[in-house]
Amino acid sequence: MENKSKPQVRMLPSEHYAKLDAYIDSFHIDPHDDRRKDVLIQVLHKAQDIFGYLPEELQVYIAGRFSISPAEVSGVVSFYNLFTTTPRGKVRINVCMGTACYVNGAEKVLEAFERKLGIKSGEVTEDGKFSIESLRCLGACGLAPVVTINDKVYGQVQVEKIESILEHYLTETGNEETSDGKN
Amino acid sequence: MERINSYPALTETFKKFEPLLDSRVHTGIREGVKRMILVCGGTGCHASDSEHLLANFSALIAEKGLEDIVAVSNTGCFGFCAKGPIVKVFPDDVFYVQVKPEDAVDIINLHIIANQVVEHLLYEEPVSKQKIKTLHEIPFYRNQKRIALRNCGMINPEKIEEYIASGGYLALGRALTEMTPEAVIEEMKRSGLRGRGGAGFSTGKKWEFGRSYPSDEKFVICNADEGDPGAFMDRSILEGDSHSILEGMALAGYAIGAHQGYIYVRAEYPLAVKRLENAIQQARSYGLLGRNILGTEFHFDVDIRLGAGAFVCGEETALINSIQGERGEPHTKPPFPAQSGLWGKPTVVNNVETLANVPIILLKGADWFNSIGTGTSKGTKVFALAGQINNVGLVEVPMGTTLREIIYDTGGGIKGGLEFKAAQTGGPSGGCIPSQYLDTPIDYESLNAIGSMMGSGGLIVMSEKDCMVNIAKFYLEFIVDESCGRCVPCRIGTKRLHEILTAITEGRSTDADLVELDELANVIKDTALCGLGQSAPNPVLSTIKYFSDEYRAHIQEKHCPSGVCKSLVQYEILVEKCIGCTACANNCPVGCISGVVKKPHSIDQSRCIRCGVCYSKCKFKAIVKH
Ligand SMILES: Cc1cc2nc3c(=O)[nH]c(=O)nc-3n(C[C@H](O)[C@H](O)[C@H](O)COP(=O)(O)O)c2cc1C
Ligand code: FES
Repeated sequence: MENKSKPQVRMLPSEHYAKLDAYIDSFHIDPHDDRRKDVLIQVLHKAQDIFGYLPEELQVYIAGRFSISPAEVSGVVSFYNLFTTTPRGKVRINVCMGTACYVNGAEKVLEAFERKLGIKSGEVTEDGKFSIESLRCLGACGLAPVVTINDKVYGQVQVEKIESILEHYLTETGNEETSDGKN
Repeated sequence: MERINSYPALTETFKKFEPLLDSRVHTGIREGVKRMILVCGGTGCHASDSEHLLANFSALIAEKGLEDIVAVSNTGCFGFCAKGPIVKVFPDDVFYVQVKPEDAVDIINLHIIANQVVEHLLYEEPVSKQKIKTLHEIPFYRNQKRIALRNCGMINPEKIEEYIASGGYLALGRALTEMTPEAVIEEMKRSGLRGRGGAGFSTGKKWEFGRSYPSDEKFVICNADEGDPGAFMDRSILEGDSHSILEGMALAGYAIGAHQGYIYVRAEYPLAVKRLENAIQQARSYGLLGRNILGTEFHFDVDIRLGAGAFVCGEETALINSIQGERGEPHTKPPFPAQSGLWGKPTVVNNVETLANVPIILLKGADWFNSIGTGTSKGTKVFALAGQINNVGLVEVPMGTTLREIIYDTGGGIKGGLEFKAAQTGGPSGGCIPSQYLDTPIDYESLNAIGSMMGSGGLIVMSEKDCMVNIAKFYLEFIVDESCGRCVPCRIGTKRLHEILTAITEGRSTDADLVELDELANVIKDTALCGLGQSAPNPVLSTIKYFSDEYRAHIQEKHCPSGVCKSLVQYEILVEKCIGCTACANNCPVGCISGVVKKPHSIDQSRCIRCGVCYSKCKFKAIVKH
């Protein structure tokens, strides 16, 4: 039954699917259980961790594993800010725009990143290397303004510090360290 | 680990572990007491490299063979994140700030081996410039009363033994063996505890409702979505005292007759999730969660569910939809969750800070708790102090403390000695409080009366440098992003509010806009479907009420008095003051400043992006903003 619902053509890497399958299997989803969707958001987080984003192919696949319609999955994906259906950069820059960070100059920090990389918040550089996003409060408000790059947190970021922060990621070492870090 | 099978066995375990905290509880250097170095491992200090520092301490202790005289441990957030990483040494009670990984050597060599306090790592009082040695002398801590945060920064949150040593799970043990669920509810009602998630509903009454609906199944949910951007008290408790939440949930479960609990945590808090997972595993293996807790007939287990970045999911009905794997849209109440919640079953939803208060109330009694605070608001409240304030951090004070005391005594006053302008409480649902109300004692009712609200405890302090119209616009932008779109007043109305505010900050508005702003805000307040929309106009209404002169300056004079709104600001170089040092030109990101060395420079206004870098770089006050 599970096999039937898998799409015929799969473009995304099969080793990623293997990882996701192992995770989903651990929940022993029962297609007759009315409450099976309670782990859907968890699974979507994991899928985004593994694949980097949640394209349609993946949403359809996940719908199959839960025995629910793809429309239900896409409804959930589109509702929540942390889910993305387009690939992000290898180096994901997230500028906190929570209140504490905002009143400490986060907007200027965001603009400085945008200027430096030539993209707007929500975009990816042409070579796919950098993307910029903003989010609302990481709970590190004492260090405002806060920026995260992949999983590293930078506190008290001033516009003047941005150059030196980015330098690390512009070099090859920064690249290797970050490209596959999450998987 | 061995299961603890009865309340007496738990009491024995408590006695066995109690010495673990001896040097922390009874401070003062004495013969034969081993020293304890606590390193903060909360999100803030983590970001400041505390993990590396902890590793250095461990390595040095091993290398020098100091295991008999000192131990080092990870602990939860002390709330003083801006000064992190924080290190405390017990039983001396010495408090070090901004400790870098390489400073471990000094602390070991000087403090631990030579018994000398490391002066350069002590906290310096920002006004008097005095170095302060012990935690209890620091003004930031001196006026606090830590109940919800009692264990944060005191115990290692990854060790259930230390939570038990602090008296943890004793309240659960006593309730399960000596109290009926009704007696637990009665005690909670008498304590006067009210929900810390925003609405301030009596926790005892909520549990009573939850108990009153018969059902084959009931649920307890811990709301750990902490949506107010700029508030982080729940995060600190989840990370620094995870077991208190589990114990509070189990007590709620016993009171209402539930056997399953869920903690709904925002995905932005990975460290909190990790600590909770660890705590749940430990509690299960000790028999403090799961079947037949402490050998009684009571079963209760807890699982974690993740959010995914939607502010509205902090609202309880939306949160329940989200746990069910749906879009996190709210629905109208009634029915309240206590009657029909998760999967249509009676469900009690409580906030993190609320639950953290529960075990200690049942341990020390309702009379102890209700002796603290004001007539209608009992106990303490944790606030996240941020913005233009010297001591940024988490503070817990008795209800009834005034804003002035929080900001000037605990918070150390306004940064750079500037004038206080307003305090914002209640996050995007709250309001701005002007200086004439600095002496208002803080409780639920008095904050409502002045157009703000308690909210979850975000307290953003603003100075003369902040523009109140811009702040109102900031909150509206947040609401526009976060509105789930189910009802028209919220979806369309808040967008329109935001448009008007944008026009005002860009100098494109007339007096009629101010009237429309006020009218529309009131309509949304009365007609939106859920709490998000109903409270969204508060930041606008309160700023119009108290700072109408700032609105008028923007509208009539096209002038931003604080110099924040970019479209209304111009930077100019004063020819008579500019010495031609080139600092401005070298730092201008768009290269719009020109001039020759040692000659006055000038700004090309048509290309200036008003980023203010030149203004902050000029050492000669030669650049003015107007
Ligand atoms: C838009 C909106 C956002 C909310 N966000 C939170 C939140 O982040 N955390 C929270 O505990 N309560 C939040 N609440 C309040 C909850 O709906 C609910 O009242 C609370 O969790 C109940 O717990 P308490 O009685 O212990 O306060 C929010 C309410 C609204 C209307
Ligand atoms: S507001 Fe940025 S971390 Fe909280």
